[in-house]
Amino acid sequence: MLNPDGIIVNLIALKMLFGDRGKFVGMVLGLTFAALVMTQQPSIFIGLMTRTYAAIGDVPIADVWVMDPGVQYVEENKPLRDTDLARVRGVAGVAWAVPLYKGIINAKLPDGQTKSIILTGLDDATLIGGPPALIEGRLADLRRADAIIIDREAAENRLRYVGPEGEERSLAIGDEIEINDNRATVVGIGVSTRDFILVPKAFTTYSRAIDFAPPQRRQLTYVLAKGRDGEHPGALARRIEAQTGLKALTSAEFEQLTLDYWMTNTGIPINFGVSVLLGFLVGAAVAGQSFFNFVRENLVHYAVLKAMGLRGGVLVRMVLLQALIVGGIGYGIGVGLTALFGTFMRDTVLAFRMPPALLAFAGVGVLVIVLLSALLAIRAVLRMDPAVVFRG
Amino acid sequence: MSALPAARAADTAAPAVRCRELTKSFTGAGATVHALRGIDLDVPRGGMTMLVGPSGCGKTTLISVIAGILTPDGGECLVLGTELSTLHGQRLLDFRGRSIGFIFQQFHLVPTLTVIENVTIPLIINGTPTPHARAAAAEIIAEVGLGDRGRELPGVLSGGEQQRVAIARALVHSPALVVCDEPTSALDHESGQMIMALLRRFVSLRQATIIIVTHDDRILPFADRIARMDDGRIVGIDTEATAGGQR
Repeated sequence: MLNPDGIIVNLIALKMLFGDRGKFVGMVLGLTFAALVMTQQPSIFIGLMTRTYAAIGDVPIADVWVMDPGVQYVEENKPLRDTDLARVRGVAGVAWAVPLYKGIINAKLPDGQTKSIILTGLDDATLIGGPPALIEGRLADLRRADAIIIDREAAENRLRYVGPEGEERSLAIGDEIEINDNRATVVGIGVSTRDFILVPKAFTTYSRAIDFAPPQRRQLTYVLAKGRDGEHPGALARRIEAQTGLKALTSAEFEQLTLDYWMTNTGIPINFGVSVLLGFLVGAAVAGQSFFNFVRENLVHYAVLKAMGLRGGVLVRMVLLQALIVGGIGYGIGVGLTALFGTFMRDTVLAFRMPPALLAFAGVGVLVIVLLSALLAIRAVLRMDPAVVFRG
Repeated sequence: MSALPAARAADTAAPAVRCRELTKSFTGAGATVHALRGIDLDVPRGGMTMLVGPSGCGKTTLISVIAGILTPDGGECLVLGTELSTLHGQRLLDFRGRSIGFIFQQFHLVPTLTVIENVTIPLIINGTPTPHARAAAAEIIAEVGLGDRGRELPGVLSGGEQQRVAIARALVHSPALVVCDEPTSALDHESGQMIMALLRRFVSLRQATIIIVTHDDRILPFADRIARMDDGRIVGIDTEATAGGQR
């Protein structure tokens, strides 16, 4: 048997909610805006922060990154001694260790423009540390004379140059550029994860990178190490640190170190935090006010229902149901719009990443908004003067 | 002067409402308003009793107390044999839900529910299964002459039609007592007369007791009894037919 606790009363609540379309749309829009801001802005923020350590994730084969103890983030170049490579190789549990060079060097394009590039020098023998994928050429082509591989994004955008006929051209296989006055020939186009600082990326062998780089006493930026089978990366990193005095971090630890650097030393988290907070407050104010007004304007109907014998608890459940339905719809549309935004922004310069935890965060945020406004509304319902039903 | 037949018959039975020394006051803005100053009133079972009097004399407060919506400060209020002061919480809600129907000046139909859904509400609140509730609602909607409007929203109905829906809603669960607050004041004369005729018919058919608060002198001829109020007191009871032909 259906009773006031049942589905019919819920349907009455929903009809009251959906029937007032203007207010319903207003409430949903407010919550949609709140959910959108709570997911879209953090998604961009998380995307940006993820890019700060993109170079680490692009070398998944390495268990441990060994570096100067003063290094704070992956693009920072504090070179090691050449002999440090051998010292790392000598640590028990290391299956292999290879050098990696990273440095920002000037490059002159075929039309004479000068650009700064991040040059990555890969171990000559294994070529470990290269771009995760190539769309043209082969990694082994780096062994050819003066060979470099250019990142696709750089080749198509920031290293475009004006050809002999005056036409704009992407850097392509066969093109020659000068790196620090040394001739370099493009032999491949690679695809690596977009990073935070947006400097064009190029790859060559370690020995050629050293040739290209300005002379200095130390050139080795990182040692990439792999543990033997069954070796725990964290334990291996601690052992390398203990035996060499260098900083050795697992990939995850190095990503966290880099992330912490950008979080601590830039205003990005504060800027995004402020916009998320403002969005939350504006969304909460709009949606909360709309919902409260909706309930307040329906108070007389709740009063009539109460006069007819409906329990206060059932009225509370009606209001809660209305709040949760509005919240759910607003949240769904807001998150959907954010996902749509992310889909359209895929493979663009705009960073975007929406992890499940962010969806949960936004869900809790919207829930807080609707519950707070519902509580205010419920308070109004429970405190209403029942004699209001007899007022004209 | 002779009492009306319905009133005479009712007078012989226990009254539907019996108020003794009923008081109620409101305090606000530093002042206390004594809305009821010792009401003594018997409303016989069956028939139509009207409460009349100037604005602010306590009519609405009195029917709010009789309907169990307001709690009196003092005195007794026996409604349908039950002393309201002994009922609290769920028991009071159950009593109201089962025994009392409400008709309001502004109809107070839920605008987003259809006519039939509005009328089913009292039955749903009383736990009637939905199919039975809808059948009963459809039946009484037809009785008030709106059989073909059940699926419409109240907003598309005229004021008179909305009040007929409100009457259907008030009577659908066959309450023993119906309280009406200015049921015709929002209606034109013709609609008001039609509503009163309808109410009279239901009084006879369903043996209900109806208490009506009104300022509308034009509907007084429909009354079996008229209780005149002033300054929170009953100052007179008329039991004579002032316009008996209307009934």
